[in-house]
Formats: sequence, C-alpha cells, structure tokens
Amino acid sequence: MTLLTDFLYHFFFSVLATLKDVLPIIGIILGFQFLVIRKSIPNFGRVIMGFVYVILGLALFLQGLEQALFPLGKLMAEQLTNPAFIIPNWVAGEEYVVHWADYFWVYIFAAAIGFSTTIAEPSLLAVAMKASEVSGGTVTLWGLRIAVAIGVAIGIALGTFRIVTGTPLHYYIIAGYIIVVIQTFYAPRSIIPLAYDSGGVTTSTVTVPLVAALGLGLAETVPGRSALLDGFGLIAFASLFPIISVMAYAQIGLVIAKHRGKLSESDD
Amino acid sequence: MKQVRAFVQSLLGSIRDLTPIIVVITFFQLVILRQPVPDLANILAGVALVTLGLSLFVQGLEMGLFPLGENMAYAFARKGSLTWLLIFAFLLGFGTTIAEPALIAVSAEAAEVAATGGVIGNTEEAKAEYANGLRFTVALSVGFAILIGVIRIIKGWPIHYLIIMGYIGVIIMTEFAPVWIVGIAYDSGGVTTSTITVPLVTALGVGLASSIKGRNPMIDGFGLIAFASLTPMIFVMLYGVITG
Repeated sequence: MTLLTDFLYHFFFSVLATLKDVLPIIGIILGFQFLVIRKSIPNFGRVIMGFVYVILGLALFLQGLEQALFPLGKLMAEQLTNPAFIIPNWVAGEEYVVHWADYFWVYIFAAAIGFSTTIAEPSLLAVAMKASEVSGGTVTLWGLRIAVAIGVAIGIALGTFRIVTGTPLHYYIIAGYIIVVIQTFYAPRSIIPLAYDSGGVTTSTVTVPLVAALGLGLAETVPGRSALLDGFGLIAFASLFPIISVMAYAQIGLVIAKHRGKLSESDD
Repeated sequence: MKQVRAFVQSLLGSIRDLTPIIVVITFFQLVILRQPVPDLANILAGVALVTLGLSLFVQGLEMGLFPLGENMAYAFARKGSLTWLLIFAFLLGFGTTIAEPALIAVSAEAAEVAATGGVIGNTEEAKAEYANGLRFTVALSVGFAILIGVIRIIKGWPIHYLIIMGYIGVIIMTEFAPVWIVGIAYDSGGVTTSTITVPLVTALGVGLASSIKGRNPMIDGFGLIAFASLTPMIFVMLYGVITG
C-alpha cells in the first residue's frame, strides 16, 4: 500500500511538472485561437484528449526514467570512469597517469548509450513520424531513427575521447561544421532541412541527463581535467553528428538507387 | 475496440524502442562492470512506467499535437495575416523555451561556472540573476529562430545559406567569447527544444509549407528546429562577452 501511495505522490508531482512545462504553450495556442484566428478547433474534444495523453504519457515516462534508468545510468557512468575500474591494481589515493586508450570501455559505453537512448527519444520519434508521412515513404521511420542514432553514438564517443585527451571543443565542432557544409552541396536537396533538424531533436528527455552524467564523471576523474571547463560539450557533439549521418544516409540511399538503376538498365 | 488495438500496438512499439537501452545497461552491468543490478524490482517497475508513458505520448501526438499544429498553420495561411503569424512564431519559441527544465538546469550550472571563475560575485543573488539573464537570452534567441524559420518557409529561401551563415556566426563568436562559456554555449543549442515543442513546431512548419502554393513540405517544411538549436549558441556566447 505504501508503494502505491508513494507512487501516486511522485506521479502527482511529475504531472504538475509536465503541466508547468506545457501551460505556456497551451496559453499561447488558446490565446491565438480565440483572439486572432477566432475559429473553433475541429475535433476539439479529441485534441483535448490528445493533450491529456501527451501530458500523462510524458509524466509517466519521466517518472519511470527517474526511478529506474537515470540512477542506474549515472551509477554506471561513475563506475566506468572510476580509476579503480580503469587501472588494474590501483590503490585508493595513489597518483595515476592514464593513456587515452585506457578508457576503451568508456568510449564503447558512450556509443552504446548514445545509440540506445536516441532510439527511445520521443521528440525524434515525432519528427520521424512526420518525415515518413511527408516524404511518402522515401524516408522511413526506422531508417531515420537509426541514422540519427548512429550519429549520436559516434558523436558522444568522440566527445568522451575529447574529454579524456583535453583537446579544445571548438576544433571538433568547427571540423564538423566543415563536413556538414561540404555534404550539403552533395546530398539530395530534400533531405537537407530534415538532416539539420535531426541535430536538435536528438538530445532531449532521455539522452541529456545520462550523457551529462557521463561527461561530468569523466571530467572529475581524469587527471588534469576540470568538471567546469571540460564537463560540457557532449550535447554539442550529440547534436552535430546526426546532421552528418542523416545526410550520409540519404547519400548512400542515392548511390544504391543509382547502382540498382544501372543494373536494371543492363538487364534490358 | 479499435482504440484498444491501436494502444496495444503502440505499447509493443514502445517496448521495442526501449529494448536497446535495457540491453546496453544489462550488458555493461553484468559483463563489464560485473555488478549485480541494485533494486531490480524498482527498476522493472520504472521500465514499465516508461513504456506506458511513451505509448500514451505517441497516441497523444497523433490525436492532439499534430492536428493542432497543422490546423493553426492552415488557419494562419487562410487568414493571410503575416504579422500575427510572426508574432505567434516568436511567442511559441520564446514561451516554450523560458519554462524548459533542461535550460533551467544548464543556466544554473553556467552561473556556477561563472561564479567559480570570478566573473560574477559568488553569492546566491548574483548567480540567480546571471542564470535568469542567460535563460532570457536563450528564450529570446529561440523565439527569434522560429520567427526567421517561418519567414524562410514563406519566402522559400534555401535553408543551407542561413545555416551556413549561422555556423560562421558561431565560429566568429567562439573567437571572442570567454573560454569558459564556449562549452555551455555549444550545449545550450541542443537542450532548448523540448519534447512538446518539437512535435508542435514540426507540425506548424510542415502545415505552413503544405498550405502555401509552390512550397514543398519536405524541402520547406522542416528546418525550424535547426534554427532553434543554432541561434542559442550565438546568443549565449554574446551574453558571455557582454557580461564578462
């Protein structure tokens, strides 16, 4: 019984928090609907139900994350970056020097957690649903999500490498920008806006807290790094690399389609 | 009956979406770290909540947020009032960002960094003032971004010129901004667009592009989020330059 009341207590606050998040949006929409547009919303009841679903759904989602995945994910980030795990036979308090390759498992974990949290990201799902609808099936729901997830995985793994080596963040980001600009001139035109969008949508509810914990954990334990200066920047990586991977996804699709076209031509 | 079936289907979809996280965590916990999973029952209950929540969210998207965003886009296009549309675009960006929890967290951290670096006084008041200023700056920049993005859809400008200009802006600001704010500024681009803003803004953009003659929803409809994640980087660095 205490479990249930405990749950309801937390759930109540989680609904309140989501409501606080949604209220400004509802205010703006209703204000414009009634004062400027002055037309009733079609299927008003259904839209309201939709909002209730969204709010309840997000509240449950966040509650579940906070109860289960965040504490575990943070704990794992701490354990993986702990010198006791990185250096065999380490005695607590002893000075240590690390090589970037010692953090092998951290990079793998960063990539794996980046990939898997992106697949579960609700904002990305929303954009992928719209994109597959609008593109008439050329961009598929899973094609886009996997392309974005690969981008996030590479981005976060590279981001953890940057924290370990202590190289300046803006070199990586500027290099990424240059790749994006070059790709823009070669990628199919219809994918470009979607690719740019996919940078911003990847990092919201699920990815940010887990990735931030990993970044801070690393910056605190790697000798010579400061949590304040080096702990940031992982999100930036996670929002840049999907742009590259989504454009690459479309480019690869184009190459395959051309190749198939050639094959069928030679068949004739 | 049809609804129940749809819900079961979206429930199954959510389970599939969450499987990778569970696999990764289990693998690292048991094989690499070799630690038992603490409080397994609680975690399983949490996973069940996440699954249920995600399913409800997706259902709500299709019932509420998507139709609403598109409907407003059509209504604005029919009404033909550009001014009101732009005011709406700005307010939507500004209003959804100022209350964004991720942004509140990031600006509090930024204030902490600034206080440690001696840029502002190490008092609660100075930190709160600094964090609020930063939040306001970011919200302003997102409002501005959605506004520019809507103008782009109406005019049919190619997106990459604007984005490349934004990149150049980021690179120039990086030169002038204090070192400690660069990381926070770069991160702030990613955290501003929340789970509710994204579907609404996407539906608005696609709806606008479909209702204006000569615009292609695929080429012109997307891109609003891209602006919203680029301008905060520039504005936050600008904030660093001004306050530093």
